[in-house]
Amino acid sequence: MSKKYWETLPQGSVVLEAGNSAKFKTGSWRSMRPKWIEENCIQCMFCWMYCPDMSVKVNAEGKREDFNFDYCKGCGICALECPGKKGNKAIVMEEEGK
Amino acid sequence: MTTKPLKLRELAKGEDRFAYGHRMCAGCGAPIVVKQVLMATDYPIIASNATGCLEVSSCIQEYTAWKIPWIHSAFENAAATISGVEAMYRSLVKQGKIDDKQVKFIAFGGDGGTYDIGFQSLSGAMERGHDMMYICYDNGAYMNTGIQRSSATPFGANTTTCPAGDVIPGKLQQRKDLTRIMAAHDIPYVAQASPGNWMDLMKKVQKAFEIKGPKFMNIIAPCNRGWRSRTDDAITLAKLAVNTCYWPLYEIENGVTKITVKPKEKKPLTEFLKPQGRFKHMFAPKNKWMLEQAQGYVDAQWERLQKEAAAGEAEKTPEE
Ligand SMILES: Cc1ncc(C[n+]2csc(CCOP(=O)(O)OP(=O)(O)O)c2C)c(N)n1
Ligand code: SF4
Ligand code: SF4
Ligand code: SF4
Ligand SMILES: [Mg+2]
Repeated sequence: MSKKYWETLPQGSVVLEAGNSAKFKTGSWRSMRPKWIEENCIQCMFCWMYCPDMSVKVNAEGKREDFNFDYCKGCGICALECPGKKGNKAIVMEEEGK
Repeated sequence: MTTKPLKLRELAKGEDRFAYGHRMCAGCGAPIVVKQVLMATDYPIIASNATGCLEVSSCIQEYTAWKIPWIHSAFENAAATISGVEAMYRSLVKQGKIDDKQVKFIAFGGDGGTYDIGFQSLSGAMERGHDMMYICYDNGAYMNTGIQRSSATPFGANTTTCPAGDVIPGKLQQRKDLTRIMAAHDIPYVAQASPGNWMDLMKKVQKAFEIKGPKFMNIIAPCNRGWRSRTDDAITLAKLAVNTCYWPLYEIENGVTKITVKPKEKKPLTEFLKPQGRFKHMFAPKNKWMLEQAQGYVDAQWERLQKEAAAGEAEKTPEE
């Protein structure tokens, strides 16, 4: 990020680019990492609905794909809410960097 | 505009109007509330936001997580701000200067910014009858400045301005029932929701947007920092709040009360309190009276709500 001074900012500090928070990658905050176990996934989409950081990727067919680790903060909500298949979770939390 | 179907797989194909890269804590409930609200509808939305965790963490100098026009308000005037925008919009449409794109207007505020500091501006905007929705995300304290008590803080909770210790055992007052106060404004729609019941929440948002005039929704938003709980339990706690009847899901449409989701079995309040460190002291033997008092309050409120809902039912039946 280059340093900017007040003279170069838009008037009123208006932000002109919608959703440009995406330039800030919150994935570096993570100490725990969710792991997706595809064979246990029933595609219920609860993980997608409940993720506070929009970090569960979904493709054009509406099918779940892996996590977006650029932004996932590792909170573990998805893992806790995941019903999985026959009691086997499709998301487990692991220590980051292991 | 047709109301969009609430099917998870269909919804998941859509584009989020609240982006990643925001700086709310890991596991915060507030962004889940916001994404569900914005996802419920395809109408264009313009929002204002009172200062608080959501506001400061979603828009940090030069960066915004919002993909809708969004205005940072001061702490006390999110409702006044959006009511002004709504009035201007109506005027410009009437003058033929802009086309009516059926824009919807929302003010977001935390409980501090809604129950306390911004209450005058909220009450005024509702009384003036603006075509707008106010959404309070209630995490039960002034979290952004370090967990100070608000009038939404539940009885017994340990906060930095009502610390549980030798002098007082946490907050001594019951929380203010803002949802009922908003209903007393006789506005067309008032509701309570929880992100753990996403379908109910989104249905309420959809319904509200089809109603002209002022609307108010109070949505519980777990905060693991202030509630002293785990980073993964926001949805679990949001559901427990509903299933213990601490946070009943209901709506009041044109004065008629309806409970929208009835818990299959009303769980003891302790199931909601126990996982939260802010209530830890209440489980000490000498503070048993606190648990009893907290349960008694929830029971009485639930009893009253059920009576009001029964009256609402009775009122409806003759004409059907
Ligand atoms: C008039 C005024 N007083 C105090 C503050 C400092 N302040 C900023 S955010 C905040 C707490 C907000 O609490 P709440 O509305 O409950 O939102 P939360 O942070 O809990 O999400 C306070 C006290 C302020 N910005 N303006
Ligand atoms: S761990 Fe948290 S942030 Fe990461 S994908 Fe799961 S719910 Fe989202
Ligand atoms: S919650 Fe679990 S089962 Fe459901 S879609 Fe996500 S990973 Fe798959
Ligand atoms: S302090 Fe609480 S409300 Fe604020 S961002 Fe963190 S978890 Fe969310
Ligand atoms: Mg708050």
